Amino acid sequence: MENTNKLNTNVPLEYQTETGKLNILGFWIFLGAEVALFSTLYAAYFALKDGVMEGPLPIDVFDFNYTIIMTIVLLTSSFTSGLAIHEMRRNNIKAMVVWLIITLLFGAGFLYMEIAEFIHLVHSGATLGTNALWSSFYLLTGTHGVHVAIGIVWITLIIFQALKRGLTPDTAKKVFVSSLYWHFLDFVWIFVFTGVYLLGMVK
Amino acid sequence: METENKNVQANRFPWSQVIGFLLSIVLTFAAVWVGKITDLSYSQIAIIVFAIAFIQAAVQLFMFMHVTEGEQGKWQLGKMFSAAFFAIVIVAGSVWVMNSMH
Repeated sequence: MENTNKLNTNVPLEYQTETGKLNILGFWIFLGAEVALFSTLYAAYFALKDGVMEGPLPIDVFDFNYTIIMTIVLLTSSFTSGLAIHEMRRNNIKAMVVWLIITLLFGAGFLYMEIAEFIHLVHSGATLGTNALWSSFYLLTGTHGVHVAIGIVWITLIIFQALKRGLTPDTAKKVFVSSLYWHFLDFVWIFVFTGVYLLGMVK
Repeated sequence: METENKNVQANRFPWSQVIGFLLSIVLTFAAVWVGKITDLSYSQIAIIVFAIAFIQAAVQLFMFMHVTEGEQGKWQLGKMFSAAFFAIVIVAGSVWVMNSMH
């Protein structure tokens, strides 16, 4: 599979091989499919949220300041992930790894806060089985949370590989693609925050 | 190639990330302000905060993910536009159908 690879040293490492270029384009197409996945979950939440009769309402159980902190934590991790790529392109693998680890720590912090929030919600009577609003809420936020968890494991493995093999067109591509994934998690969260939490607190 | 020049400016300060980060924070709090502090109606608030969310999504795409970067930049951007179209059709379509059903 690597046979068509020609090096072009004017471009960043991750774009230097045909495989790298195609993998990056392919990953954008995957992200397009992920948009469709989250759209369906989002659509389910919006279609169902006003049709429930019993169970607590979002406005009664959400702690909005807590959600703002979660949002800032994930946003910051997206920023530090971008800085990791910036350092990767300066061929500074140490700084890249440091920023990636900071990214993962923020990601883990977000996940911890989300799980703590779910526990709080369940204790407030909003469980997966309460009604259609909360079922679709947990499905949407849970799918996003699972993506964050997968991203943490994935990027951790990539850090080990990059440290072992150094920055090559192959490892650089993996770091780059995983950073696209990480930015995408924040991309999705923007809409969850706006549509579910912020609008859930209005009126 | 112009796309290549864009890629080579790697030794500078990461302006695009820093500006993108500041913009995202400002836009997040702008949405919170519109939703929590102003006295607009629910539908007015919904339109404004979703407009802000789309701007923020664009900030992620252009300033963090550099969607137009690389030889396939146009395809990447096209893919994201088609994904945005699908998303709007799925979400707005579902809500419309479910709310006009009964």
